Amino acid sequence: MNPSDEDTAAIFKEEQLARARELVQLMESGDEAGAGRLIEELGQTHESVLFSQLGKLTRDLHEALNAFRSDTRLAELTRQDIPDAKERLNYVVTMTEQSAHRTLNAVEESLPLSESLAQRAGHLRAEWSRFRQREMSLDEFREVSAHLGRFLEDTERDAEKLRQALSEVLMAQDFQDLTGQVIRRVITLVQDLEDNLVGLVRVSGQRLAKPEEGHPETADRDGEKDNRGTGPSVSGTSDQGDVVSGQDDVDELLSSLGF
Amino acid sequence: MNREAFVNKNMKILIVDDFSTMRRIIKNLLRDLGYNNTAEADDGNTALPMLQNGNYDFLVTDWNMPGMPGIDLLRAVRADPRIKDLPVLMVTAEAKREQIIEAAQAGVNGYIVKPFTAETLREKIDKIFERLEQQQA
Repeated sequence: MNPSDEDTAAIFKEEQLARARELVQLMESGDEAGAGRLIEELGQTHESVLFSQLGKLTRDLHEALNAFRSDTRLAELTRQDIPDAKERLNYVVTMTEQSAHRTLNAVEESLPLSESLAQRAGHLRAEWSRFRQREMSLDEFREVSAHLGRFLEDTERDAEKLRQALSEVLMAQDFQDLTGQVIRRVITLVQDLEDNLVGLVRVSGQRLAKPEEGHPETADRDGEKDNRGTGPSVSGTSDQGDVVSGQDDVDELLSSLGF
Repeated sequence: MNREAFVNKNMKILIVDDFSTMRRIIKNLLRDLGYNNTAEADDGNTALPMLQNGNYDFLVTDWNMPGMPGIDLLRAVRADPRIKDLPVLMVTAEAKREQIIEAAQAGVNGYIVKPFTAETLREKIDKIFERLEQQQA
């Protein structure tokens, strides 16, 4: 109860007390008609206070509901941004899964290659040390020499395969940037939602805040759309505006601009 | 004619991206292409003073970054007489046509959308320097 309510209540109590004293006086003096009139009056005052408080409550409720309705940001959040956020998080799951598979595929290709290279190198090293210790016949040496030739060819080829697999692992790490940008966007949304819910609780609870307050993120978000960029566009969300589908599209657009 | 002839492998390159993983990827790709002289910055605000004082030959920048975004960095570079001719390659996930046009109008030399391949990066760098060479000839 706020101070003005307390004041009103105190004044009301004082008035009621004065009337009660008057009533006792009237009854003691035997004025039945006067006492009856006063009792009726007491009831009416009580009713009128009750009505005015009920009226005030109704008005507050009405204002709170209007404020809620005019808070379009919250409506936009539930209609567009929350479903979008679900799609964005699905995109994160898909991207991280793809990257993990790309990495695992490259590893699965590389492991047998490196194992085979190590095994054959070990075998040739043993032959080589026999040759150095002159424990090898000329025929044996010819055979080892042929092995060595093939081994060097295969090593050259497999080392290139390993290099490609490692590049694949390197490129597969791009998911961290792409999903990171999307996750940051969802975090901003959650923050925005929280601010709006807090605003709503204020409006419907204590009427302390005007509906205009409570979403400082909105201006920031708009600014972001203008200039800062929004990260990867995710299909099935409001991102699907005029978006290029890949590098070929970019090249085409730029060449149409004289690039 | 050998394409490689256009590009000086010792050129000093600044890589700007707020994600350290992406900076490492680009740095490794550049090293793979023979460019070893690279430095990194995490947004436009850190990159700009480096560019103004560092004699860089080439800038590779992201768009979406906290602090100063890549598009503002590009504009700041073009607005500074000391570094206005620096070749700038944008490597970004921003894929709206209006954004690509905006970057082109701001004077970008190349635009790569993420995710991209090592081959695309090599191609665009070669193309940028090929064109610069032709303009100078």
